Amino acid sequence: MRLYAVVAAGGFRRYATYRMATAAGVFTNTVFGFIMAYTYTALWDERPQLGGYDLSQALTYVWLGQALLMTCAMMGGGFEDELMERIRTGDIAIDLYRPADLQMWWLSGDLGRAAFHLMGRGIVPMALGALAFDLALPSSPLTWLAFLVSVALGVVVSFAVRFLVALSAFWLMDGAGVMQICWLAGLFFSGMLLPLNLFPGTLGEVARALPWSSLLQVPADVFLGKRTGWGLVQAYAFQGGWALALLAAGRALQTAATRRVVVQGG
Amino acid sequence: MDLAEGDFMDFIELDDVEKVFDVRRKTGRLRRGKHQVRAVDGISFRVARGEMVGYIGPNGAGKSTTIKMLTGILTPSGGRLRVAGIDPSRERTRLAKRIGVVFGQRTTLWWDLPLKDSYRLVHRMYRIPDKRFRENLDRCVELLDLAELLEVPVRQLSLGQRMRGDIAAALLHDPEVLYLDEPTIGLDVISKAKVRDFLRDLNTERATTVLLTTHDLTDIEQLCKRVMVIDHGRLMYDGALAGLHEVGESERTLVVDLECELPPIVLDSARTVKVEGPRQWLAFPASQSAAPLVAALADAYPLVDLSVREPDIEAVIAKMYAERPGM
Repeated sequence: MRLYAVVAAGGFRRYATYRMATAAGVFTNTVFGFIMAYTYTALWDERPQLGGYDLSQALTYVWLGQALLMTCAMMGGGFEDELMERIRTGDIAIDLYRPADLQMWWLSGDLGRAAFHLMGRGIVPMALGALAFDLALPSSPLTWLAFLVSVALGVVVSFAVRFLVALSAFWLMDGAGVMQICWLAGLFFSGMLLPLNLFPGTLGEVARALPWSSLLQVPADVFLGKRTGWGLVQAYAFQGGWALALLAAGRALQTAATRRVVVQGG
Repeated sequence: MDLAEGDFMDFIELDDVEKVFDVRRKTGRLRRGKHQVRAVDGISFRVARGEMVGYIGPNGAGKSTTIKMLTGILTPSGGRLRVAGIDPSRERTRLAKRIGVVFGQRTTLWWDLPLKDSYRLVHRMYRIPDKRFRENLDRCVELLDLAELLEVPVRQLSLGQRMRGDIAAALLHDPEVLYLDEPTIGLDVISKAKVRDFLRDLNTERATTVLLTTHDLTDIEQLCKRVMVIDHGRLMYDGALAGLHEVGESERTLVVDLECELPPIVLDSARTVKVEGPRQWLAFPASQSAAPLVAALADAYPLVDLSVREPDIEAVIAKMYAERPGM
């Protein structure tokens, strides 16, 4: 396990190396946060209590989205580009002869990255949002804790989806198309554009049942106190279930990939 | 005990190993034909513990495929393969602790992080005891000149520095065998010399078995007593480096400077291969002494200067490839 701890620490620090990139990212998140906050204000003025949120909760949702955008890699931006590139160029050969498990290796690195993004890209936009708007921040430390657990589960689900996408490169050689579909799906079905609670009927039900809702919708609801007691257990079970199922699928694909592996290049 | 047995037995054993790839290729507008590429076509050899062997061949000859099978990344299509008594593809993880690999064109180091972070990772990955890790690292740092590079992110290292960093990373867990896939590719003369010195010491002091693939024949000349030549997936030569000359019927060259321009020199024991003004090149078998030839020349021609050039292994090997029947 100490190996994976070192990998996670490395994942954290490699992102921490690029300070200017982090500062620029924080700036972008903040600008988009403001744009979306004003859009939501207009929307909620017309339709108060939309999706069961009041205005302050809706604004909190916006800033949570900005804080978690990178943490849960809703639009990608984690390890998957690198892993695909390694498969495409054949560098994956190096990963395969190491006495370490491929999935655990990349999961650890991605958890390290997520931890950095939560601190580096999450806290500042959230704090600025809280200064500029009246946000519904939880008063109980337990809610904060419950939220962090939910975010961690969201990161694992996000990892598991991207791992599947990245491994498709073993068969497709160029996974750019699959990756773009994944970004779009992540952007919409995580609830990044609009909370999934807003969508009525079957679309809403399907959207809320897909794994991507673990990335933002579920943690946000935990944060806003919509999921407590038994509801919280159900939320965790939903996220944990998807995490396990997708990790298992990733493992199966990994086994198939390494069996038929055609390591590219000399 | 199989360890004691392994000490005396051949460390690497290949018996009639094959690797066949199915390659799909477009044959018609929509049709796709499958055809087979025999990357390794029945290779057998033994490498004893502590040997340092050069493994050479042109691009696509099957060198890297062999190395990948030896590490367990690829499964042989046929034949038997053992490293330290272990079947690599079945017990890849167990074997990984006993082997070190350096791919010259790829890096195992963490691109964005300081060099020492990669070593910390190796420490945990191979579960190296702390004391041994420190000793090995200190030794590598000293011999490979890494002291000033430990804090530098890998992306900022030069190619030669990165290569030395990679070699150190492959050795921290005291592997019994080291596979080097073109370890000097792209390095300048000084870096090459450093890497070679280090490998020579490693082999003599620790008796690490080394299998070296390279395009740079100087690597082989300076490091390996034994060389294996592979082409089209088959072993074409396996033996002492010196023996290559006989197999390839190599020739030495006598470069002669005459007082003036003359027609090509005619002698029984040599043939003139090139004439450029007053300078002429004469080829004669490598097994033959140059002395009688020089004496004969001095009698018949107005000599100013002369020099003997040893045969170029590269040329010898190129000749071997060219002479292979049925290509």
